[in-house]
Formats: sequence, structure tokens, C-alpha cells
Amino acid sequence: MSLLSIEGLSLEIGRHTILRDVSLSVDPGQIVGVIGESGSGKSMTAFSVMQLLPDGARAHGSVMLSGHDMLALPEAQLCRLRGNEVGMVFQEPMTALNPIRTIGDQVAETILIHERASKSEAMMRAREALNRVELPEDRFPLTRYPHELSGGQRQRVVIAMAIALRPSLLIADEPTTALDVTTQAQILDLLKRLVREDGMGMLMISHDLAVVADMADEIVIMRHGEVVERGTCPAIFGQLRHPYSISLLEASTHAPDRQAHTEEAPLLRVRDVVRTYTLPRNTLFGAPGRVEAVRGVSFDLKRGESLGLVGESGCGKSTLTRAILGLEEVQDGEILLDGEPVFTGHAPNRAVRRRMQVVFQDPYGSFNPRHRVDRLICEPFHLLDAPPRGEARDAAIAEALTSVGLAASDRYKFIHEFSGGQRQRIAIARALIIKPELILLDEAVSALDVQVRAQILDLLADLGRRFGLSYLFISHDLSVVRVITDRCLVMKAGEIVEQGPTERVFSDPQHPYTRQLIAAAPDLPEIA
Amino acid sequence: MLRYTLTRLLSLAISLAVASVVIFLAIEILPGDPAAFMLGVNAQEDTLAALRDQLGLNGTLWERYVSWVGGMLTGDFGTSYTYRTPVAGMIADRLWISLPLAIYALLLSTLIAFPAGIWAASRRGSAADVGVMGTTQLGVAIPNFWFAMLLVVVFAINLQWFSAGGFPGWDEGFWLSIKSLTLPAIALALPQASILARVMRSALLDTLSEDFVRTARAKGLSRRQALWRHALRNALIPVLTIIGLQFSFLLAGGIIIENVFYLPGLGRLIFQAISARDMIVVESVVMLLVFAVILVNFLVEIAYALVDPRLRHRA
Repeated sequence: MSLLSIEGLSLEIGRHTILRDVSLSVDPGQIVGVIGESGSGKSMTAFSVMQLLPDGARAHGSVMLSGHDMLALPEAQLCRLRGNEVGMVFQEPMTALNPIRTIGDQVAETILIHERASKSEAMMRAREALNRVELPEDRFPLTRYPHELSGGQRQRVVIAMAIALRPSLLIADEPTTALDVTTQAQILDLLKRLVREDGMGMLMISHDLAVVADMADEIVIMRHGEVVERGTCPAIFGQLRHPYSISLLEASTHAPDRQAHTEEAPLLRVRDVVRTYTLPRNTLFGAPGRVEAVRGVSFDLKRGESLGLVGESGCGKSTLTRAILGLEEVQDGEILLDGEPVFTGHAPNRAVRRRMQVVFQDPYGSFNPRHRVDRLICEPFHLLDAPPRGEARDAAIAEALTSVGLAASDRYKFIHEFSGGQRQRIAIARALIIKPELILLDEAVSALDVQVRAQILDLLADLGRRFGLSYLFISHDLSVVRVITDRCLVMKAGEIVEQGPTERVFSDPQHPYTRQLIAAAPDLPEIA
Repeated sequence: MLRYTLTRLLSLAISLAVASVVIFLAIEILPGDPAAFMLGVNAQEDTLAALRDQLGLNGTLWERYVSWVGGMLTGDFGTSYTYRTPVAGMIADRLWISLPLAIYALLLSTLIAFPAGIWAASRRGSAADVGVMGTTQLGVAIPNFWFAMLLVVVFAINLQWFSAGGFPGWDEGFWLSIKSLTLPAIALALPQASILARVMRSALLDTLSEDFVRTARAKGLSRRQALWRHALRNALIPVLTIIGLQFSFLLAGGIIIENVFYLPGLGRLIFQAISARDMIVVESVVMLLVFAVILVNFLVEIAYALVDPRLRHRA
């Protein structure tokens, strides 16, 4: 008999149907991957198993976990199963732990709730659980607080909480989406090891085909609350039938059609840039500590080129981006756009600033929700000495919107009326409206679903061709950088450790760190 | 934690020093000569000069500031211009009413607000929640002097459980004094409790929707356990801020209530002192209140650090 068996599960929240007739099963020791875009219902399937649904949700069908009918059990019995029979790991390790309680306390709580153990015994077993997730006692005593740990370490604590009682099923909802590639690889290895050691079943939810393909025994593909395809992995990748699954796979490996029109003259020249931050003083009169975020970085970006900047969080790539945009002054070195410094005196140089624009990661947070689209995308006009007015302004708005594939009439809408992909198009329109020569894309497609991401990459390639744009493409996602850039830089701890033509860097990495990054990135299986 | 406390103490001292200068200068630039005021319009010039000398009004600005601060540090607040008695004694008498009243009102307010806020948040959208929200809305809206008069009519005049006003003095017995402070404390506490309950509710609702509460539920905690063990302490920061602000307000802002109940508290003292241009009393009471506010802020900041380990490492 299956460990978890979901049959004909439907879910409504209010008047919205979230899940329709979902069926899947997990056997002991088996890893089942559930793949889908945001809104496909994959997380809600997980929460249905846990019975941690939002208020007003109504589930029908059957969810059997080790012989328990989860939809029929009263809340008190569900509490006894959660954490004991089934453990869960979440997407956001930074916020998944209580910030004001120690990690030992929080892991021990799982044990104390379910078993009649003394506090000291629970603490001892919490120690064992933390050891199992590779947080050794000398560096991670039980008295640590979550804010003293990194994202990957916090995710390990969450995993320790979930497996402390050796549950028979582990549900992992996008457990590595918020993490860097190398950390992601470590966490996936850890999960695989725990599944093997304990003979647990695991339901692994992800939007990333490659992550799931690496570890799952079986794959379930969901869309709009329905299962569209399921099969064993990796065989399923050779025999996908549903058009959605096929397009999903294509989008995951999509390479936009683009040729380089690079001129030799450099557009952006970065020379020996140093940016250090002063830390708060540790003692009243002692010298404050310093962090060298960028340590002597030099590179050129040629006109018409698409240059990638790859690195993990904390490597200094965001600091460098802000310095290039003239948002922060650097302590040493120079940044020149077409020979002109981005910073003159102690103020950003407006004449240079208007020739470059930026698109950020978060399509939800980077717009003022109370302004209409026309006002939002006209914001860069403040960089011009004589911004267009009246008809000229209207024409500029219409041109910017149509060039990113939106209608000119969208200018009257508010930002909440658009999807994530459309918002990112608006962000690009905002960048385009003053006809810049360089656009910085700071993780610009990282928050998007694969299919939307593929469309935006196509759009960027097309715009680059039409307007002769140069791109600086900053990302932690190697697969995207590989398909959209001509040349790439690998950054680590404030320094550029490797640079070269993108294809050469990926196929023949020279620096050990580049090799480590590429090895850690999950791959889709080769399909005949 | 020690470093955190020390830096807070340092900032407390600096705030006090700055406040003393500002208060001193503000009183200095106010028009009106206390000596002339005390002696009346027919005073002789030489008597005025003698009195000014006696009151210490003749030195330079700096000398007068130093003697004022020095006096306060040694417990000598000077002599009231109108009553000709030591200010320290006057303030002490009044403080022994205002301070217990403020603490009493704050205790009542907290004792009402915490359960009400927690109850409402744990049953969001239910009749209990709607009831608490409606009642607190009313509690914020009702003027407290009107509520105080209502209390007098019901409990003092009709039921005769409490006296309608006045204060017997602590020498007459602890419980008698507490009894006479009860109606004023209730009148003061009602709007404060209403505000605090609302803050408690919304802070708790915010933390209840945090990811770590969901994690706790996934571990097997019931809704109630997750609320008590994980959400509540995290919700305390905004609540502590409001409690701090309320205490300062209660200490100084009870003037209307003190008048309704004929309580000789700090509020009435400062009112009388201002009317009589008794600047030395005004100066001293204001400085005392500033001290109380800064001290309460300091205590609130220490409480933040006790609640949240992330703050302990920040200096």
C-alpha cells in the first residue's frame, strides 16, 4: 500500500477552484516530484496533505496518509500526525524560523509536542537531529539564534525539525528556490541522504524541472490545479505527450535567437573599483570594522554586447550594480560610460545616468501601486533636462509599451492589473523610454515562471537587436546567463575570478570556483 | 546585552542633559519677572532687587543654569515663588499621588488590553473579534472626563461604593488610598486599554501570518499553541512601544481627571504654577516629567532586548 495516496482531490477557496481531481501517490523510500508554475496548485496540494489550508478552503476526494483519512480527521488528531508522521520543509528559510527562540529550542519542540520526553532528553535528541543535517555542535550549539545563521543553515534547521521524529513522509515545498546554486546542491544532497537513510517517502515540490529531474523517482506535472502528466523519471522526459509539459520542457532550456553585434569600442569601462562598507563599532572607542564588498574589479563592456555577471549572494554583484548606476560612490577606481565618469564630484553625473537604466528582480515590489502605468514608465524622464510633454510624451509612452508587447492603452491601468511577466515588461518599458544605451538587468528574470522567463528573454534579445542595446545581465542562474550573454564574468567575494566568452567559460571553466558553480547547477537529462 | 544597556544609559544621560538646557532656556525667554509678580505692582525698586537677589535671578545665564542643575542633582529644587516652600517637597507630595495613579491605570489598561487583544486576534472575524473592535472603538471615542463623571454618578452617587473625589493620603491606610484612586484609574485606563487592545490585536494578527507560525503548525502545534508559544512574544515589540508612550502620558496628562476627582496631583500642580508664573515650579515639574519619559523609554528599550535576541547584539 502507498504511504501517501491522493485520489480525486478537489479544493475550493471561496468561489475559486484551486485543485481539480488531483491524484498521486508516494511509496515509502520514493521521491515524487511535483512540478508546476506559480498558481498551478502544487503548494496547495501539499497543504491539503498537511491539512494546513487557508480559512474557508473546502477539500473533497481522499487523502490517505499511512492509513489515516486526512480530510476526515478532527483537528486534534491532525496535530498528532503533523510533525510526527509527516514533516514539512518550506521555501523561505529566512522567515521559517521563530527569530526570538534558539534553534535547539525549536527543534526540541517537535519532540516535546509529540512525546512524553523531558526537556533535557528532547534537547539531546534535537542535538542528534541537528547533527544529522550536518550542523555540528562545535559551530552550531543549540543556543544559536536563527539570525546568526545563513539561509542554507536555517534551511537545515527547518529540515532537522521536520525529520526529528523520523516521519514516514517528508514534504518539501520549493526547499531550495531561495538558495544559491552551491547551497541548493548541498541541501538536495542532504534531502536525498535522509530519504535513503530513513526510508522516508518524499513529496518534492518545485517550479524547476532540473532540480526535480536530478532526484525524483516519479514526476507529476501540474497546471491550473490539474495533473496534466505523470511518469517515472527520467524516462518521462523522452515521452512527454501533453502539449503543456512539452512547452514547459522547451521553455526550461529555451535559448533566444540572437547574434552578437559587438563593436570593439568599450561602452562601459570599470577599472579597479573598490567599495567598502563600515560596520557598526564593536566597542565604544575601537575602530569600526570594514567589509570589502567589491575589491578591485575591472572589466569592459563593449557596445552592443550582452555581458553576464554571475555569483552567489553576498559576492558583491549588487554593490557593483549600484556603483555602476551611480547610486553609490566608490572609494577607489573609476567607472566610465563612453569615457564619461558616472560620478562627478560627489554627485551622480546626470548626463551619464540618462544613458543607462536598470530592471530589478521583483516585479511586484518595484512599482508604486498607486500610480498608473504611464506615470510609472515616465519616471526616467526626470533625468532629462527637457522632458517631453503633451503629445511627445504620449508618443513616447505608446512606443515604449508597444515595443515590449503591451498595448498603448495599458497606460491607464494600475500595476495590480498585470501578471508578473507583464509587470516585468512594464519595467523594461520604463527602462526603454529614455532610449538608453545600456540596460542593467539585476536578476530580472529570476522571479518569473519558466515559460514567462523564456518570453522575456526573447523580448530582451529582440529589443537588443532593434535598438542596439548593450546589456549587463546580473544573475545567480547559470542556465539563463548561458543562453542570453556573449561574455561572462564570474564573481566571488568581491573579485572577478574568471571572465571570457560565455560558451568557453561554461564548457571549459578554468577557475575552481567556476567549476564548482557549474557542477552544482542542476541539469535536465539529455533527451534523445 | 551589557553593552546594549550601557549605550542606552549613555543616550539616556545625553537626552537628559539636552532636555535640561532646552527647558532652562525656554523658561528664560518667557516674559515676566517673578519678583515683580510676587511683590505686586506697587513694589519698590530696591525691594525688587533684593528679592531677585534672594531668588538667585541676578547671576549670569550660565551661573543660574549650573545652580539649577546642581540643585536638582542634590535634591534641592529651589523655593516656590508663590508658596515660599521648597519645590522638592511640593513635587514629592504630588508625585505620591500621580505616580501610583499612573501605575494603577497602566496595570488596569494592560490587564484589560492583553486578554481582549489576544482573544480578538485568535478569533479573527468572529463575534468576539467584532465585539472587541466595536467596544474599543467606543472606548477611544468617549472623552475620558465625561466617562469619569459617569463613573462618579453611578459608583459614587448612586451605588455609593466609592467617594466622589479627594484623596485621604497614604497615612490613612493603603487600601483606602487605593480605593480613592480606583475611579480615576478606571477613567484614565479606558481609552488607553482600547488603544492597547487594538495594537495588540493587529500586532498579533501580523505575526500569526508569519512563516514561522506556519512552520510551528507543521510541527504539530495547535492554533492555540502556535499563538502562545510563537506569535505572542514576537508581537510584543509594538505593544511595548505603546505602553511606554501611555505611561508618560498617564503621569503628566491626567490633569482633567485630577480635576474631576479633586486629586492634588502633578497635573494640577503644573497648571497652578503656570497660572501663578511660578517658573521655578514649572521648570522642576517639566524636568521631572522629561526624566520620567526618558527613563520609561530606557526601560522599554531594555524590554525590547529581553524580547528580541537580535537587538541584544546591536549597540
